[in-house]
Parts: sequence; C-alpha cells; structure tokens
Amino acid sequence: MVKGLFSKLKDGLSKTRKGFVEKVENLVNFRTQIDEELYEELEEILIGADVGVTTTMNLLERIRKLVRERKIKDPKELTELLKEEIAAILKDESDDIVLNQEPKVIMVVGVNGVGKTTTIGKLAHRFQEEGKKVLLAAGDTFRAAAIDQLEVWAGRANVEIIKHSAGADAAAVAYDAIVAAKSRGADVVLVDTAGRLHTKTNLMTELSKVKRVMGKAMEDAPHEVLLVLDATTGQNALSQTKIFTEAVDITGVVLTKLDGTAKGGIVIAIASEMGVPIKLIGVGEKAEDLRDFDPEEFVEALFSK
Amino acid sequence: MLEGLTEKLQSTFKRLRGKGKLSEKDVNAALREVKMALLEADVNFKVVKDFISILKERAIGAEVLESLTPAQHVVKIVNEELTRLMGGEQSKINIASKPPTIVMLVGLQGAGKTTSAGKLAKLMHKQGRRPLLVAGDIYRPAAIKQLQVLGEQLDIPVFTMGDKHSPVDIAKGALQQAKSINCDMLIIDTAGRLHIDEVLMEELKAVKDHIHPHEILLVVDAMTGQDAVNVAETFNEQLGIDGVILTKLDGDTRGGAALSVRAVTNRPIKFVGMGEKLDALEPFHPERLSSRILGMGDMLSLIEKAQTSFDAKKAQDMEKKIREQSFTLEDFFDQLQQVKQMGPLDQIMGMIPGMNNMKNVPGGEVDEKQLAKIEAVICSMTPHERQQPEIINGSRRRRIALGSGTRVQDVNSLLKQFAQAKKMMKKISDMQKGGKKMGGKFPFF
Ligand SMILES: Nc1nc2c(ncn2[C@@H]2O[C@H](COP(=O)(O)OP(=O)(O)O)[C@@H](O)[C@H]2O)c(=O)[nH]1
Ligand SMILES: [Mg+2]
Repeated sequence: MVKGLFSKLKDGLSKTRKGFVEKVENLVNFRTQIDEELYEELEEILIGADVGVTTTMNLLERIRKLVRERKIKDPKELTELLKEEIAAILKDESDDIVLNQEPKVIMVVGVNGVGKTTTIGKLAHRFQEEGKKVLLAAGDTFRAAAIDQLEVWAGRANVEIIKHSAGADAAAVAYDAIVAAKSRGADVVLVDTAGRLHTKTNLMTELSKVKRVMGKAMEDAPHEVLLVLDATTGQNALSQTKIFTEAVDITGVVLTKLDGTAKGGIVIAIASEMGVPIKLIGVGEKAEDLRDFDPEEFVEALFSK
Repeated sequence: MLEGLTEKLQSTFKRLRGKGKLSEKDVNAALREVKMALLEADVNFKVVKDFISILKERAIGAEVLESLTPAQHVVKIVNEELTRLMGGEQSKINIASKPPTIVMLVGLQGAGKTTSAGKLAKLMHKQGRRPLLVAGDIYRPAAIKQLQVLGEQLDIPVFTMGDKHSPVDIAKGALQQAKSINCDMLIIDTAGRLHIDEVLMEELKAVKDHIHPHEILLVVDAMTGQDAVNVAETFNEQLGIDGVILTKLDGDTRGGAALSVRAVTNRPIKFVGMGEKLDALEPFHPERLSSRILGMGDMLSLIEKAQTSFDAKKAQDMEKKIREQSFTLEDFFDQLQQVKQMGPLDQIMGMIPGMNNMKNVPGGEVDEKQLAKIEAVICSMTPHERQQPEIINGSRRRRIALGSGTRVQDVNSLLKQFAQAKKMMKKISDMQKGGKKMGGKFPFF
C-alpha cells in the first residue's frame, strides 16, 4: 500500500524529478570538489526551480555552514544535505485533512485558473470512494459556466451539488450548502469560489464575507480553507499566499499541475517564509490525480533517480 | 521585496558620485543588483545570464552623462537593453488576404485562453471585423458552455460541435460555417495542455496542418515562473507561434515571464489581459513592462524622455524653482514648450509614480489643442501678469481673452490649471525632499 502510493507519487513527480534531481545529481557526480562554481550552479538549480532568491540564498548559506562544520569534502554529500534541509523546511506541521466534523466544511480559494474546481472534483471523488457523503457548493457564481463545470464533476463523482443561478450571491450558496449538508447528514461540504486576483481588494473583501457567512450556518465553519496554487507560478505565489491568508486565514496549500515541467520549488519558499503547510498536490486532470503532500516522499521522489 | 532597483543601485553607487566612467568593479556590483531584481521578477535564470553579459559589455567604460547619477545611468542602460529585447510595439493580427482570417489560441491549462478568445473577439469586432468564436476545447468540463456564454454576452456567434468531434473536424466545420454566415475571422479556443503532452501537441499540429491559421497566439499567464521558457520554447518549436497574449497582468506580478518568453521565441507580445471584463485586453507596451520588471513604476520612460527633450541646465533651474515654489506663468509657458516635446501630458503624468490619480484633476489632462490655446493666452499677458497671476482681475481677463482670440472661460481655466499645477509641483517637490522614488535629479512638468 505504502509502496503503491510511493510509486504513484514518483510517477506524478517524474517530470518534476527530471530536471531538478537529475541536474543536481549530474552536477555533483560530475564535480570532484566543493568550490564556488559548485555553489553557483546549485544556486541556479534552485532558482531555476522557482525556489526564489531569498530562500535559495538562505538554503545555500546553511549548507555552506554545514559543510564547514562537518568538514564535508565530497560533493555527493551535498545532495544529501540539500535533501535534509529542504525536507526540514517542508516538514513543518503539515497535517492531513481528516473528516472530524459533521459536516466538515472545506472552502477552496485562489487566483483564476489555478485548478480550484478541478481540485474540488478530485476531492469529491476521493471522499466518495472512502464512503463519505459529499456535498458540493457551486460558489463560483461569477465566471461563465463555472457552475456547469462543477456540475460535471459532481456527476463524475456521483455526489450532490447545491447551486444558485449565475450571478447569485456566493455567500448565500455556501450558507445553503452547509444548512443542506447538516440536514442531509453529509460528512463533508466542498465550497468552490470564483477565482480572483489577490490584489482586487473588493473581491477579497467579498471572499472574507463568504467565509463569515459560512460561520453563521455552522459554528467554526469553514474548518479548512485551502489555497490552490499553480506549480507553474513564480514568485507571485508568495504574494498570493500572504494576501489570501490575510483575507480568509488559509489552513493549507494545494499545489496543482505538478505533472508538467514546472518544478514547484515555490512550496519551499512558501513553507519557509510563511509557515503555511502544503497539504495536497495535483498531478493531472483526472479525478484520481490528487495526492497527499508528504514532505518525506516529496523530497525522496524529488531526489531519487 | 519590491524595492525599486534605482534605490538599490543608488546605495551601491553611494561612494561613486561624480565619477566620470563606470569601472568594471562598479559595473559588476551594480549588475549583481540588476540580476537579483530580474530573478525576483521571475525572468528565467538562463535569460538573466545572457542578458547580464550583454549589459556588462555595454556598461563597462561607459561615459556617465552629466545629467544622471551612475545609478541612473546603469538603470538607463538596463532599461534600454530590456526594451530592445522586448521589441517594439506590435499589436496587430496577421490578416488573411483572402478572408476568413484564422486565429488560434494555445497554451497551458488555466492560462486564460477562453477569456482571451472572448476579449479578442470583442476587440476585433470593434475594429469592424465579424469574428466567429470556435469552441475547440473538448476536454475541460463546461469549456464549450463557457465560450457560449461569452459569445452571448458579446453578441458574437459561437461555433460548436459538442465534445464528441475531433478539434480538426471542429475547425474544418467552423471554416465552412464562417463562409456561410459571412464571418471574416475565426477565433479558435483550444484545450489547455502541457507542452510535454505529446498526444495533445500532435492534436494541435493536426489542426494547424488542416486549416493553416494565419495567427497562432500563445496565451501565457503573467505570473508564470522559471518554467515559462520550457513552455514557450516547446509550443513555438511544435507549432511556430506568431505572438503572445500575456494574461492576468492586472495583479501584482512583476511579469518577468514576458521577458523569458520573448527571449526564447523572439515573437512579439501582442496583447495583455488587464482584468476579467471582456474589454480588458490592451496592446502591449514594452517599455512599461521593462520598468515593471525592474520594479520602478514608469520612471524609466520618464528618465528617457526627460533626457532627450530637456536641456539639462534649464531643467536644473526649473527644479530649483519648483523646490522654492517660485514658479511663475512665465516658467509654465517655458515648461509647456518642453513638455510638448515629451509627448502627451496625461501620459507624462501617468508615468510619475504616485501621480497616476492626478490624471483626473484639471491641468493633468491638457490636450494638445488646449496647449495651443494656453500658449496664446500666456502670450497675451503682460510680463507682470505672468509673474503675479493674482493681479489678473475681471477686466484684465477680458483683455487677455480678446488679445489671444480666446474666451474669458479659457483664461479662467488656464489660471485654475496653473494653480493646480503649482499645487502638484509642491507635491512633487515634497516627494523629492523625501528622496523617495524620484532619484531626485531630473525635471518633469
Ligand atoms: N495538468 C494539470 N492540469 C490541471 C491540474 N489541475 C487543474 N488543471 C487544469 O487547469 C485548468 C483550470 O482548472 P480549473 O479547475 O477550472 O481552475 P479554477 O479556475 O481555479 O477553478 C483546467 O483545464 C484543469 O483541467 C493538474 O494538477 N494538472
Ligand atoms: Mg473554477
């Protein structure tokens, strides 16, 4: 079981691994000594993976220190060191999503096109498979045909959906969904929201309102606010995380589109600079293409051949 | 993080004031800052590397112009090269000599193809064309519906064959349809796909081979990170793109991906998406994006303009006057002459950081015709009046109007504008005193 999951994750991450890991390994295998050139190349690899200048500098500084302290001479040991350091950053308080409320209310937010609706479809599929009663809330009342899109996912996962018409108040949809979930005895409510750039103050205020109204339908709801980030996004993901956290206090990140060539290094920056846990990763467009984010596995898969 | 490059460079160059030439050491120190700025803006590291070596060649031994500090000079070089790399303004679609013109939008999932298709249709419609939107995304749930809704909102026809036909068949069908309903342009939305997805890339190639689009536009999210080079390179290799639409530029991303895309494809960025509304598609301005990538408002364009059109000595005098608040209508007249050489006034105002919203005050939106009027009015004043506009009472106003062939209202509005301008100058000079953003050396207005 563990093995199966691991190899699946490795599959999903194979492209991520190519590029990132092979470069590291080629590089250190090729080199016979630890010198400035090596550090410079490592710097390029990390920056090329969207880790970002600040986090890269911090990482390499720590590695330099460790190399000095441990009197490391072998460049290959650097791979191990880098692995350790990145894992240490990612390990932070990342906890799985447990359905311990009745119903568990999960709100999904993010900028346009990152994969919010798809992630909800995938989560619905997962919970349904686990035998849970799932309810979707079509809270993207803004984008053309967004409701239809979620309906397709509801159909695929064979779960119920609460929707209003296009242009309706998103908060009202979320509220109704929670009330319906309570009366129908659902285990989990997945609330979709319209994509919005974090810089649009009025839209962020609206999002806070949606969240607040959910609290009126059920105390403490939403129990989980997931920010969806696209792995191809660069440094702007930090700004997104910061501002969405301010608006709706996100509890975790879903990193999508890791099936491309984007390295997803930004999660390292996010974990290290914001301390927000990465919870799930998306590795494709199908219902099954969702994985728990496991730092150990992530780093292991990232660094294994 | 968004601290302007000029400020950083200024501190790098603190000890170098007054030096005539940039030494290799100075340049290296400065270019390190430039490199960081570019990387923070998500420009691909390989592109940065190449770019820095070009800069280095140009900057070492360069004469620093008298009117600029070394920091400003480096920024000027960086900006010039950046703008050059970005290419000129080019927001035209290749129009077929025999209609219909076929435009195809391609790109990764979630880049904004469908919305851009709608926006482009609207823009083309406004330019007098009759576009047909083609729903070619047969994979993403409700993608067809999304395009249909957009078409309805825009009152532009949408062609669909559902999701059971191949994109090639759909494209062919659309071509037929366009001819029969007399549309002169096809705008084909396609499914988002990873550049490494060989099956789906083949599908796009098949569409291309069957209907020979006149324009293939790659839609790229402005927030894309380092991977932008892989995406752009592969799409371009596989399909041969003609241009790029850069979306979601209304956020706070620095947009370095644009530079990466441009560098690896050498194709122009034609349009930028500036919002979710269907009219939020704008022509791309290379120089605006360069300064954005460097994190410095549009100051750069202003350095450029100020430099080419202002006499440095005069400018210094003017700066002093602004600072001392001894600015008169005479100076105003003088400035107008210089400003006229710089370009439209509201554009200039828009370029001064923090002055964007000043565009709406009277005096911030003087147009060229009005400029001529203003000149005439000022010419009809006595020197004393120009020095001390407070004395211009009702009868003087009538006299000036008569002498300049204008109406009393024109004289009134000029005096009001002048008062506003003075207020603005106070603002600007306060900003300069604060030493923020302005670099403090060049004149404006
Ligand atoms: N390759 C890939 N595509 C994804 C993934 N997640 C979402 N997508 C695609 O990204 C596009 C936008 O997704 P959508 O859920 O509509 O984004 P939303 O606007 O945030 O709701 C769709 O074409 C999805 O199929 C992923 O993990 N991998
Ligand atoms: Mg959605």
